Amino acid sequence: MELLIAIIIGVLTACGVYLSLRGRTFPVVLGLTFLSYAVNLFLLIMGRLTIGSPPIISDNAANYADPLPQALVLTAIVISFGMTAFVIILSLKSFLEMGNDQVDGKHRP
Amino acid sequence: MELSLIALTPFLGAGFVAVISRLGRLHAAWGAGLVTLIALLFLLPFINTAFSGHVVVQSIPWIPHLGMELAFRLDGLGLLFVLLILCIGLLIILYARYYLSERDDMGRFYAYLLMFMGSMLGIATSENIIQLLIFWELTSLSSFLLISYWQMRHESRSGARMALAVTGGGGLALLGGFLLLGEIVGSYNLSDILAAGELIRNHDLYLPMLILVLLGAFTKSAQFPFHFWLPNAMAAPTPVSAYLHSATMVKAGVFLLARLFPALSGTSAWFWLVCFTGLVTLVVAAYIAMFKHDLKGLLAYSTISHLGLITLLFGIGTPMAALAGVFHIINHAIFKASLFMAAGIIHHETGTRDMRILRGLWKYMPHTALLAMVAAASMAGVPLFNGFLSKEMFFAETLFVVNQPWGWLLPIMATLAGIFAVAYSLRFIHNVFFDGEPTDLPKQPHEPPRWMKVPVEILVALCLLVGIFPAFTVEPILAVAASSVLQGPVPDHDLAIWHGFNTALFMSLAALIGGIGLYLIRKPLFSIQERMESLLDFRALYEFLLEKLLAVASAVTQFLNTQSLQRMLFIFMLFIMMLGIYGALATDYDYSLTGERGILPIDGVSLLIATVLVVAAAATVVMHRQRLVSLVLLGTVGLGVSLIFVKFSAPDLALTQLSVEVVTIVLMLLALYFLPQQSPDESGTWLRSRDAFIATAAGGGVALLVWAVLTRPYESIAGYFLDNSLPGGGGTNVVNVILVDFRGYDTLGEITVLALAGLGIYAMLEHLKIAGASHDSEGRAWDEDLHPTIMASFTRLLLPLALLVSLFILLRGHNLPGGGFIAGLITAVALVMQYLANGVIWTQQRLPINMHKVIGYGLLIATCTGLASWIFGYPFLTSTFSHIHWPVIGEFELASAMAFDLGVYLVVVGATLLILVCLGLVHHQSHQMRPRRRIR
Repeated sequence: MELLIAIIIGVLTACGVYLSLRGRTFPVVLGLTFLSYAVNLFLLIMGRLTIGSPPIISDNAANYADPLPQALVLTAIVISFGMTAFVIILSLKSFLEMGNDQVDGKHRP
Repeated sequence: MELSLIALTPFLGAGFVAVISRLGRLHAAWGAGLVTLIALLFLLPFINTAFSGHVVVQSIPWIPHLGMELAFRLDGLGLLFVLLILCIGLLIILYARYYLSERDDMGRFYAYLLMFMGSMLGIATSENIIQLLIFWELTSLSSFLLISYWQMRHESRSGARMALAVTGGGGLALLGGFLLLGEIVGSYNLSDILAAGELIRNHDLYLPMLILVLLGAFTKSAQFPFHFWLPNAMAAPTPVSAYLHSATMVKAGVFLLARLFPALSGTSAWFWLVCFTGLVTLVVAAYIAMFKHDLKGLLAYSTISHLGLITLLFGIGTPMAALAGVFHIINHAIFKASLFMAAGIIHHETGTRDMRILRGLWKYMPHTALLAMVAAASMAGVPLFNGFLSKEMFFAETLFVVNQPWGWLLPIMATLAGIFAVAYSLRFIHNVFFDGEPTDLPKQPHEPPRWMKVPVEILVALCLLVGIFPAFTVEPILAVAASSVLQGPVPDHDLAIWHGFNTALFMSLAALIGGIGLYLIRKPLFSIQERMESLLDFRALYEFLLEKLLAVASAVTQFLNTQSLQRMLFIFMLFIMMLGIYGALATDYDYSLTGERGILPIDGVSLLIATVLVVAAAATVVMHRQRLVSLVLLGTVGLGVSLIFVKFSAPDLALTQLSVEVVTIVLMLLALYFLPQQSPDESGTWLRSRDAFIATAAGGGVALLVWAVLTRPYESIAGYFLDNSLPGGGGTNVVNVILVDFRGYDTLGEITVLALAGLGIYAMLEHLKIAGASHDSEGRAWDEDLHPTIMASFTRLLLPLALLVSLFILLRGHNLPGGGFIAGLITAVALVMQYLANGVIWTQQRLPINMHKVIGYGLLIATCTGLASWIFGYPFLTSTFSHIHWPVIGEFELASAMAFDLGVYLVVVGATLLILVCLGLVHHQSHQMRPRRRIR
């Protein structure tokens, strides 16, 4: 299972890095989304992999998953939504004002 | 800490004055006067102690492990300055009330003035030198506000900026000097520093420290060659000039010289640096003052010259010279404040300060003329006025260095400066009040309001009293101030007008006669000076340097900033990877990739989901130029991620991710409608393979890191949260309790960020008009049927159910997966569905809620919940809870954290809807603008 997670996070990171290096705004926004998936998963698994024991206190639970990374990631998801929303609107605005969707805001020959 | 109240009262009063000025124009003036009197009242208990020569020191720990204390001190020198600052401040407050016109905002003026007064009092009463420096910089900042009070005028702004640049820059040098001083002594307390003079003077770091400290003092006191800021600061309202350039701002520099005199003086470095600077300033400024046609310009240069005189006295360094320096600080404060006020009255009543236009005012304002004459005579050093006494002491002191090489130059230069001083003082009087009949004045001159002259009268009376009966008036405070400057007994001195026929008297006489003579031949001198005007223009030099500095700064920016996000990101990624490689190679920790922790077996479902996720991610990249397709694929990836959260015991995260995914994809779809549908293929093979290489390396590195981490055991602080969640926070859902209770402060910050993102997007989209496309990228026409009936009806039916689910999720969040974030997102999704299916306008008519207010109330509720626990004496955002029994429903828990979660919920709903509805409105607008087309 650890191997699968490692591969998934690795692939997500690679996709994110590749897309964020593109020259148009829309792929860069996609790339940032990929990077936030990767980072959120990465943060979560810092509490190691635990199956079937959510951090909800109950009398018959033997052990719990680490709640701290989960709390961090929960707000991180919402914040990355805010960021993605801001960036996509920014790219829309830049497209409308510059007349093109180059990340550097200018036409290149 | 009663002593600290003296300096802190004006700061508190500044806010008070600003508020009460809204009730009435003059309230601010009365309020400022009251605040000053209260500060004087706080001084009262200490006056006797300070007068008897004792030092009062009060301190509280500040940063104990750095040896820093918040410490205040009152001794003779401090007392003298506190009295000068408060008493002259009181007169300025009275004067300014008549000076400011109807158009000027009095609240702002007096608030700035009080802030400045507090900063000056802080300098005078600080025991800790770092604390002194903070007040020092505060004077720079508040004087900036005062000088630029008439913000609409260009010269006010540029003069204020120059003053801030020069004195603030000097403050930085001073900080360096103080840090060195603290290093040398091993303490930042003045008591220790003043007692360690021997140690300081013999230390290797003495010279650099001295230079830095002197830079601070000289820039503040407008010493040559930093003097140019002071004349440009004359753009300030005259009460400000009268305050800053008589008793306060510029005196801070000489105060510092006096304060550190026992610790730093007595070396040849001190003597040459301070004497030379003082002498040059004294002579050059006095010379320039003669040729200024502006009344305030003349006074400005005269101020610089007198500060040079005081600096020179401290530079000479004999106990008697230091005493004379303190004496001249008092005298100059008194006569210069009254002269500035007189100049302000003349300007106020005639409409001009230009001495080429002003003349013959004696006939129209004899009373003011008389007051100005006394003050000017004092400035010139005429017997019977206070300026004469300290000036004669100064002349006498210059003779003590005659045996030094070139020492004979000093008395000669001093006399020369005296001649200039008499000439410009004479000009101030003769040119303005006599010299014929005034013509082409902007206003018909007359006497000012009665109370505007009262402050001047008080000061002028002091000039005379001190000048005639020095021993009965100024002697006690002078003696105690001088003794604390010298940190020892005061030398025998005789404050009297007549000391017999000695050299000093002849120097005074020479200055008087020479000055009158020089004034008589002023006309040819003026024409010579006009030709030399541009030779010594330090303002131009300052502007030249400033321009060069800005050019260098922008060159550096140009060099570092490649203007290309793509290239910057590339460098950034490369750099991070190099850091990672360096980190892996440089540590000798544990090279084995796999740790000893056991791994979990892979099951079939997980393998399938992982495969789908990886394939979808890869496909997104491959298809990324087809934007709509890549967006759909991205959604698949997001769903896969939320399944991972489900698998690894994070139900809250899964719910959040799922709802965020929906909102994000909808938003990106809405935006994509206006953006190009395809990305052009413009990066060449080389660029693509370069990026692919970087991406693979980054992904591979991260995967290895994940593997290495996951196979190693770890220790977590989670135990604390798991143990305390139920007894301390009252909830069984530990993640939610962490969010709303343990780390509630972070959550508050995060919802604020979300709120700001929403508002930022609103600002970007407001009033945006775009013409929508009529065809998609493949030339097919968009469907005209915007809101299919079946979908619209079903979403309307679903709304109550969706809202019920979100309410359920919100309420159970404390104990089971859910909470404000998730419930907020679900509500947002439910409402967005209505917008999508029924149209923005239809929904807005039925849901007329201002989302700004929802966000605002959300933040307010969250913050108030936090503050409420403060009121009960607990730290910010401490949660409390109890259980109540409701009929039918049963046991129900009420926690204050739920109110906080409600705030979170409202912010999330508000921000999400604000973003989507804004974009939706732009869409609606675009459909209106689109050319109508009929479908047959």
